[in-house]
Amino acid sequence: MIIDIAWHQFTPVASLIGGVLIALSAISLLFFQGRILGISGILGSMMQWQSTPQGHLRWRIFFIAGILLSSWVYNIGFLMPILQIESNYSTLIFAGLLVGFGTRMGSGCTSGHAVCGISRLSIRSLIATLSFMLSGFLCAYLFFHGI
Amino acid sequence: MQLIIVFASGLVFGLGLIISGMSNPQNVIQFLDIASLWNPSLLLVMLGAIPVTTLGFYWIEKHHKTAFGSHLDLPGKTHIHAELIIGNIIFGAGWAIAGFCPGPALVALGAGYMKALVFVIAMILGMLLHDQSYLKVKQYFLQHTN
Repeated sequence: MIIDIAWHQFTPVASLIGGVLIALSAISLLFFQGRILGISGILGSMMQWQSTPQGHLRWRIFFIAGILLSSWVYNIGFLMPILQIESNYSTLIFAGLLVGFGTRMGSGCTSGHAVCGISRLSIRSLIATLSFMLSGFLCAYLFFHGI
Repeated sequence: MQLIIVFASGLVFGLGLIISGMSNPQNVIQFLDIASLWNPSLLLVMLGAIPVTTLGFYWIEKHHKTAFGSHLDLPGKTHIHAELIIGNIIFGAGWAIAGFCPGPALVALGAGYMKALVFVIAMILGMLLHDQSYLKVKQYFLQHTN
């Protein structure tokens, strides 16, 4: 199979800079809070507020609030790009259920396993990342070309 | 003070996702769907993120403590079980068909997209389905089969 690259959509410099910012965020969260930056873990634990001690809940709320407000802060200096969400509502609901269930069962997502886990040379996170990447490539093919 | 830094970390994480293009699900789908025109940007995000994180984490883990003297709360690295792989295969499937993983979905929700709200609600339901129902059913069977 020959892979054609979408050169006009390829943004190597911006993506590298964004990646470095993600790294700085992960480093800062570990250095100041002592926690791994994993969104599914942070969000999932927040949903169990009944059994989570208050101090453990508070930093999670502040971190998630930072993510939610990031587009507003970006808008101060730049123009927020349009996010193309082309899936219909039933696809989004189905995908959301899979992402929520799967990340909890697999103990992490892109941030926790691929960025932080691999950076800690964790064999567990490497296997997790390979699993969701391979599944992602296969399911994208099946969903957009197969069925 | 600590909470302000944590808030700023969340902000920088979100800005990183916006600048890298990863908050746009179309870029993620274009990366995963190699049979159409392929957009390798996501690889560059990892190339920017992983080496810097590796260096920073190595330095922090060598010091064993946070800046405020608390202990580091780190997950294990070697516990590999069937659910780790099955769970990540399920996650990868959802990630591929909508182009959203948890972080970018939260950025899009904050930017006011109705579709992101629907995705995030479904994602939280999926998390609860695992943590509240699946784990309890599993525990019940483990207790009653031994």
